Formats: sequence, C-alpha cells, structure tokens
Amino acid sequence: MSNAIAANEGGSFSHVATGGLDATHGVVLYLDDISVSFDGFKALNKLSLSIDVGELRCVIGPNGAGKTTMMDVITGKTRLDSGTCFFGQTIDLTRYTEAEIAHAGIGRKFQKPTIFEHHTVFENLELSMKADKRVRKSLFACLSSAERDRIAENLKLIRLADAADRVAGLLSHGQKQWLEIGMLLMQEPRLLLLDEPVAGMTDDETDRTADLFLSLAGRHSLVVVEHDMAFIEKIARKVTVLHEGSVLAEGPMSQVQNDPRVIEVYLGR
Amino acid sequence: MGTFSRLYGAKGWLAIGIAALVIFVLFPVLSLAVPPDSAFHVSSYWVTLLGKIMCYAIVALAMDLIWGYCGILSLGHGLFFALGGYAMGMYLMRQIGREGQYQSDLPDFMVFLDWKELPWTWWMSDQFWWAMILVVAVPGLLAFVFGYFAFRSRVKGVYFSIITQALTFAAMLLFFRNATGFGGNNGFTDFKRILGFTIATPETRMALFAITGATLIGTLLLARWIVTSKFGRVLAAIRDAESRVAFCGYNTVHYKLAVFTLSAVICGIAGALYVPQVGIINPGEMSPANSIEIAIWVAVGGRGTLVGAIAGAGIVNGAKSFFTQAFPEFWLYFLGLLLILVTLFLPQGVVGLVNKMRGKS
Repeated sequence: MSNAIAANEGGSFSHVATGGLDATHGVVLYLDDISVSFDGFKALNKLSLSIDVGELRCVIGPNGAGKTTMMDVITGKTRLDSGTCFFGQTIDLTRYTEAEIAHAGIGRKFQKPTIFEHHTVFENLELSMKADKRVRKSLFACLSSAERDRIAENLKLIRLADAADRVAGLLSHGQKQWLEIGMLLMQEPRLLLLDEPVAGMTDDETDRTADLFLSLAGRHSLVVVEHDMAFIEKIARKVTVLHEGSVLAEGPMSQVQNDPRVIEVYLGR
Repeated sequence: MGTFSRLYGAKGWLAIGIAALVIFVLFPVLSLAVPPDSAFHVSSYWVTLLGKIMCYAIVALAMDLIWGYCGILSLGHGLFFALGGYAMGMYLMRQIGREGQYQSDLPDFMVFLDWKELPWTWWMSDQFWWAMILVVAVPGLLAFVFGYFAFRSRVKGVYFSIITQALTFAAMLLFFRNATGFGGNNGFTDFKRILGFTIATPETRMALFAITGATLIGTLLLARWIVTSKFGRVLAAIRDAESRVAFCGYNTVHYKLAVFTLSAVICGIAGALYVPQVGIINPGEMSPANSIEIAIWVAVGGRGTLVGAIAGAGIVNGAKSFFTQAFPEFWLYFLGLLLILVTLFLPQGVVGLVNKMRGKS
C-alpha cells in the first residue's frame, strides 16, 4: 500500500482502499470518452486523453474549449455524465471527493492563484504538506525537524525563503503563483494540474517557472494549461489542442502549430 | 515551556492573572467580607449582572471560534445556550422538591396541567451528574446532526445563517407548547436550591460567579489553544479559501462539524451557568433576535481575536443594562446604531480600534 493512501487507513478516507497508485503500465492519467454538459451546453464532448508517468503535457485551446472543466473532472469538482476517468490503473476518480483525490496524489493549481491570504508563507506550506490531515491529528500536530527542513527546502525552490514569515496576501502576483506551486509540491503529488501558471508573471518569473517545470518533469507528471505561447514553446514536448470539448490535435509543438485545423480554430486568429 | 505558556505572551498572562485575581479574590472579599453599609461593598445585583455577562462572554467566545475563525455565521447559537439552560433548569426544578406552591413531587407547572407523572424526558432529572451530561450532550448532539447534514450538503454563507435562524425559531415554537413538557411559555423559575445549597444566599451566588469566571478563563485558554494549533490554521484557511483546503486533502466537512459541535457545547455550558444565576429560563432565550445579538457582540468586539469577543459581550451587555434601566425605549435603537457604526467604521471591532491606536496596523 502506498504512503499516500496508507496515511488514511481506518480514517475518514478509508474507502480509498485501492492499494495506492498503480502506474506500472506507464500511464498515470487515463481519460476516455468523457462528456460533461451544463444545461445542455457540452463542456466536454467525448474527450479522451492519457498522460504518461513523468510526462510534461501542455494543453492549449481557445476559451471555452473545456480545459478548466477537464481539470474539474479530474479533481472531483465536477461530476461527469459519461466516460471513464482513471488515476493509474486502479483508482476510478469519479468515485472520490476532492480531498480523497488530493490524498491519492493529484495536486491542482487554480487559474486565479488561491493561497491562504491571511496565513504566512510558511504556514501556507505547512498546511499543504503531506501529512495525516484528520481533525484529531491536526489538533495535536507539531512540526518535526525533518518537516521544517522540507518546508525550508521548498521555500528556497520557490524563492520565498526571505518571505517565510510574511503574510501571503502581501506577496506580488507572481510570488503568489509560485507559492501555490510550492504548496502543490508540498503535497508530494504524482500528478500536477496547472491552470495558467504563468498568468501575471514578469518575463523573468516566466522563464524561471519554465525551468522549474522542466526540472519537475520526470519525478512528477505535469499537465499545464496555458495561453502564453512563448511559455508553451519553451517547455512543450507534447501538446494537446482542445476545441469544443474534445481533442482536436495532439503531437509535438511544431506539428501541432502547422496543423491546418488548429490554425483555423486557434493559432491563425 | 510547554503547551500552555505558548498561548499568550507575558502581557497576556498578566492580564489573565489580574482578571483571575478580581474574580476569585477581590469580588468575593468585597461582596462577602465587606459589610453591606460600606461604600466598597459589592451588592448581589452586581455579582449577578457580572456573572450573567461572563456567561454571555463564554457564548461570544464560542461564536468567535466558528464565525471569526472559520467564517461560518451561525445564527442559532442562542438555541444551544437555551438548551444547556433548560437541562440545568430541569435539575433545579426537581431540587425545589415539595416546596412549590402545590407541595407536590412534580414541578408546579405539571400539577397545573394536571399531569400525574413526569414525562420520559425528565428521566433522572433529579441527578446533578445526569443534568451535567445533558448540558453537554443535547446541544452537542443537535449541532452534530444538524451540522452534518448542512455541511455535507455544502450549505454555506447566508444560507447557513438562515437555516440556523429557522432552527432556533422552530425550537422556540416547540418549547412554547405546554405539551412539550418544559413549562411552556413560562419556562422554569422559582428555583430554591442547587446541590442542596440555597440558591439565593450571597455565598451560593458568589460560588456560581466564581465557577463562571473559571469557565470563562478556561474557555478562553481552550479557544486560544485551538486557534493556535494546526487545526485552527486549517479553520482559518477554510474561511479564506475552502476549495483550496479541500484540494490540499482536508475533509472540510469534518473540520466544520468539529468546530460547530464544540461551539454548541460551549454555549450549552454557558447556558447552564446562566440559569441558576438569573433564576429563570424560558423559550424567549431561543428567539431569533437573541442569536443575532450574539453575533453583534462579536462584531463589536472584533472577529477572530477571542479577546474581542469577551470585550464585545461586556460592552454591549453593559450598555444594555444601563439603557434598559435609564432609557428602556431607546435600547433597540442604540443597538441598531451601534451595529451600523461598527460595520461602517470599525470592521475590526473595538480590538481593531485599540490596535490601530497603539500603532499596530
């Protein structure tokens, strides 16, 4: 049983007795034939997508293509009408709540940076750190020195070591984005979903984010949704283009960029 | 070192120490040892008034825990307070024994209704320990069950406030009925004894006052311990960004349920301390306006500060007892005005104002 699930044995998440993430066949996320509609509007229309272990996948598409809805489905926020959604080979994501899915190893960064504005940077990382997150444990929780070291390491990685005791709401927009990424990493997720991670960042910050993501790929699997094409070009290995709720094209950036259908709906505007 | 010393700094502990000295030494001496004709004598009126306000302060702390720290505005806390009071009141009614007007083993109102025996709800009601269990269990259980369904269904914000108002209103109507078995609209009154001690003597009053003071200080320390723990940080995180908390892997329903239930239990205990001091409990305590008033205390004092909740309960209730004696018809206008002024000019309440004057943002 993997650590992600073992921490919850006998507790509130005990029914995630799936034996943990099993990605032995090399696929960490598998979406097949997914449809979601809101009041008749098909947000996702027979979407199929699979992400390999350690892959860095970029997802692009015009507004309303279903990018955010796809992330909502994966993280348990939105229920799907039909289709299958598996994390590894064994965890059927449609059966779990947001918190359970987070425990299973999927971390998500929102479009608008959502951090705990009234907590310090340090506390933001402390709260998101992988731990037993049940009520009783939280009441008596005390940081071990190993955990403090982990937070310190993470602070360095996201370049906020000097701001550890600053209230997070006072950070710049770019710093908030980095803090949220840092919070995701504290969860030690297997899969990271990043919704417009460089929006509002300076060029310098964008470049550093690209470097960070490239260094994370391999250890984690990443799905990046972004509008910033320069950023995509910098990090992209394989790109998926969504349009009207389904996959329009998929492949290396150069191939996708020259696809006439893609140019028509998106790039050629 | 240790868990306790980290709760407050030196100044905080000093303030708590002074408060304890006033409650446990100064008041008992001035009330019991100083002769009544002395200028320093504290009359039982003041002991009762301050004891009552301390009960309200405990309720305000409970409210601040859930509203100030977790962002859940419960407008049904008056119900939990009243339930604790009723649980204590049942025991006090049984302590009257045969000294009631009808000299019956049954409480007077039951004789009046021509009942021949106690309803099942009064089982064991002559036992103090059983009353103590009810004081904690009834508000706690109600909050747990009600909260479970509300939080699981993701009822939030103003909707939660409204259904808690409806809950306390429904309970008030229920308790107004004579058939419910708790004295109808008269409730319980004319208490004679508690644990065998005559309830009206200055000594008993002072004992109740001191127990209330100890409970208030204990509740403050407990609440402070909670909000400075990781649990407390999760609560504040739920207040600020609930979905992020869920995506971090916390089951927010469990956290909200835990704090709601604890908060209700604290209210129940405050109600149980209130009833023997005030000498009456009736369904009026469950009126929706009472629960709203609790929120006003916390808003006036300053949300999310704990000390502010105590200050707010003191200020508003102090003003209330002054106004209802001096200008009874203006009290509600004053309360309304106070709320408007605080909302407009003191979003952080009195504590925020004090902090500002001391130059701390």
